[in-house]
Amino acid sequence: MIKIQQSATAFALLALTAGGAWAAKADVTIGMQLEPPHLDPTSAAAGAIDQALYSNVFEGLTRFGPDGSVGPGLAESWEISADGTMYTFNLREGVKFHDGTDFEATDVVFSLDRARAEDSANAQKALFSGIKSVEAIDPTTVVVTLNAPQGNFLFNMAWGDAVIVAPESIDDIKSNPVGTGAFKFSEWKRGDSITIERNADYWGAAPALEQATFKYISEPTAAFSAMMAGDIDAFYSYPAPENLVQFEADPRFTVLAGNTEGETILAINNKMEPFGDVRVRKAVSMAIDRQAIIDGAMFGYGTPIGTHFAPHHPDYVDLTGNAPHDPEGAKALLAEAGYPDGFETTLKLPPPSYARRGGEIIAAQLRDVGIEAEISNLEWAQWLEQVFRGYDYGLTIVSHTEPMDIGIYARPTYYFQYDNPEFQALITALSVENDPATRTEMLQEAQRIISEDYVNGFLFQLALTSVVDARLDGIWPDAPTQAVDLTGVSWTE
Amino acid sequence: MLRYTVKRLGSLLASLVVASLVIFACIEVVPGDPASFMLGINAQPDTVAALREELGLNRAPHERYIAWVGGLMTGDFGTSYTYRSPVSEIVVERLAISLPLAIYALSLTILVAFPVGILAATRRGSLTDISVMATTQLGIAIPNFWFALLMVLIFAVNLRWFSAGGFPGWDEGIPAAIKALTLPAIALALPQASILARVMRSSLLDTLSEDYIRTARAKGLTGRQALRRHALRNALIPVLTIIGLQFSFLLAGAIIIENVFFLPGLGRLVFQAISQRDLIVVESVVMLLVFAVIIVNFLVDLAYAWVDPRLRSRA
Repeated sequence: MIKIQQSATAFALLALTAGGAWAAKADVTIGMQLEPPHLDPTSAAAGAIDQALYSNVFEGLTRFGPDGSVGPGLAESWEISADGTMYTFNLREGVKFHDGTDFEATDVVFSLDRARAEDSANAQKALFSGIKSVEAIDPTTVVVTLNAPQGNFLFNMAWGDAVIVAPESIDDIKSNPVGTGAFKFSEWKRGDSITIERNADYWGAAPALEQATFKYISEPTAAFSAMMAGDIDAFYSYPAPENLVQFEADPRFTVLAGNTEGETILAINNKMEPFGDVRVRKAVSMAIDRQAIIDGAMFGYGTPIGTHFAPHHPDYVDLTGNAPHDPEGAKALLAEAGYPDGFETTLKLPPPSYARRGGEIIAAQLRDVGIEAEISNLEWAQWLEQVFRGYDYGLTIVSHTEPMDIGIYARPTYYFQYDNPEFQALITALSVENDPATRTEMLQEAQRIISEDYVNGFLFQLALTSVVDARLDGIWPDAPTQAVDLTGVSWTE
Repeated sequence: MLRYTVKRLGSLLASLVVASLVIFACIEVVPGDPASFMLGINAQPDTVAALREELGLNRAPHERYIAWVGGLMTGDFGTSYTYRSPVSEIVVERLAISLPLAIYALSLTILVAFPVGILAATRRGSLTDISVMATTQLGIAIPNFWFALLMVLIFAVNLRWFSAGGFPGWDEGIPAAIKALTLPAIALALPQASILARVMRSSLLDTLSEDYIRTARAKGLTGRQALRRHALRNALIPVLTIIGLQFSFLLAGAIIIENVFFLPGLGRLVFQAISQRDLIVVESVVMLLVFAVIIVNFLVDLAYAWVDPRLRSRA
């Protein structure tokens, strides 16, 4: 899905850098575009919260690595019962929350019960819906019982929305987050920056950095100036791809080009005529020149996709060949479907530049095959109202940034309104499947079904481009989840 | 003077009531639900419903209006939907930047505009006058965000005398805070100073051609004395009007400059709140700005009476 996000160095630190104290430099200032609305990752969709706090301040039972793999977090190890419905987590010993209290099994019970409670404000409540009960056996053992086997349960528990929070800190969590991570929250200058500092009592390897500041700069031009003026050491997910060439040519900077989990699609309202006809949807897909969109809208950054799946995932199947760029073929299909002169529809674009820039190009490409798409630019709130909840659109462009979210195609009421019982059955079967080889097969089958049904125009995997001081090491180039994990970041000089 | 003041206060209150109704009505018709915005598109409907209830969005409009206005009167601005902290707290944080910035920019405006305007008026038609007119024309014409970007490139990126933006907070010391506000204040002041200098000049030219100036000169005052004692004071009325407008504008309208310098000021708060549908923040901040504008106008009205005693007796 889309994460909808909202929008200073510790200046003392700036003074430090100016003083030429490179050898002793143990602080970093990272520029980011979107500021979190508050600091509770378990009660909002805003990816900006996770970006600052995931893994740095908060940890879950399991955690994502830089390549998206799921490894042990606060749970050192686990056993899964033979029928796949019981997970016994062995928790790490000697872990303390930043407020000095002990991390124990009861905290896990509290966190998971809070996330799945009836009045839970968790934006990803579905992650927890399969849980039947959570029990603390002793201070370092938790048993989670599921209603049915769940193939991706450990994956789900690695999400930022599933981090472990302490009951005693929950009232103030939105302004004073208390976790177990390698950094503890230090200060939030609202509208300006968030500072975290090294947690001396961390259970794992101590991070190299003593302090880190996330500085929020929403304007692309301001981001450029701040980077050039040396106000910030890195800009995570740099917002103006047109400047990247200049940074690449400058030896002071490194440009990191990585992958995100964001499948960018031209979503089609499957229940709106004429899109109910698969030939029309296929024609739309064939009208699209993916590379032209990547070059024109994204300055060349992005990987073409032919289905709703991340190309860097081992189970990915390249299906871009299902809808090659073929305007003549698209016209023929439209004629066959009864639209020899094309038709008119709407193309509703949310604010991100991939949508606004990409939309212009796509509208032109559609015009070439006779489809007149009337563009309207919407704010996120309007988009949610009209497109997402109101189904009042023909086409829209959105990047779905959640990892492994192909399951949204099994929800007939989801905004593109794709209703295919065969696919729904496959996803249901997948969710209870534990055998890795069978899972791979099923995932690949799922990719094929939606690709061959031309549910949406599959455009490209959104790239992540960050500009980093050349001496800074360890920033994740990819974004397997919305996180700027600083635990492994250090200065090389 | 008392009657004059009371009359002004009355119209001030009426303006506030009307403004609150208009603001509330506007916010009511804006499409977009704050709760679904906050929870994103993976949220389950019952989660959204629970949040709507928690935020009080399910109450009838008139109930919410009364609750809002009632809160405002007791100084309770409500709780921000997105930030989940009191609006008053957030506004105070933002005002700690916007207010000093507005005052700083206005001071620069006045410091430049007064001497320049007076100089141009007293040397009407001279080379000085012509170059003042040309420069101020340019100052009005140049978009201030462009001028701001230019200053950032020169003073932050190349010379590195200033940061490209941001605000360290007042706890880092007054000099650091003032320094951080300097480029934005200059960018804001440029067009305002140009406007004010031109108003000063034309207003002074009008009064300088009045009979009473000739009389003053005839009774033996030097040109400078006549200027100071008679012309300037009378020329101030239109100038004060403009200053009042400029202050209100600087307080609320610095949004583009705040974005260029990534300053967390009031303008940016409103802008973000609108796109996030943090309606309670929008309502309260806009109301506060209306209040500020009305107060400033009220003060300007009082200042008229102070510089021009005739206004007092007329009222």
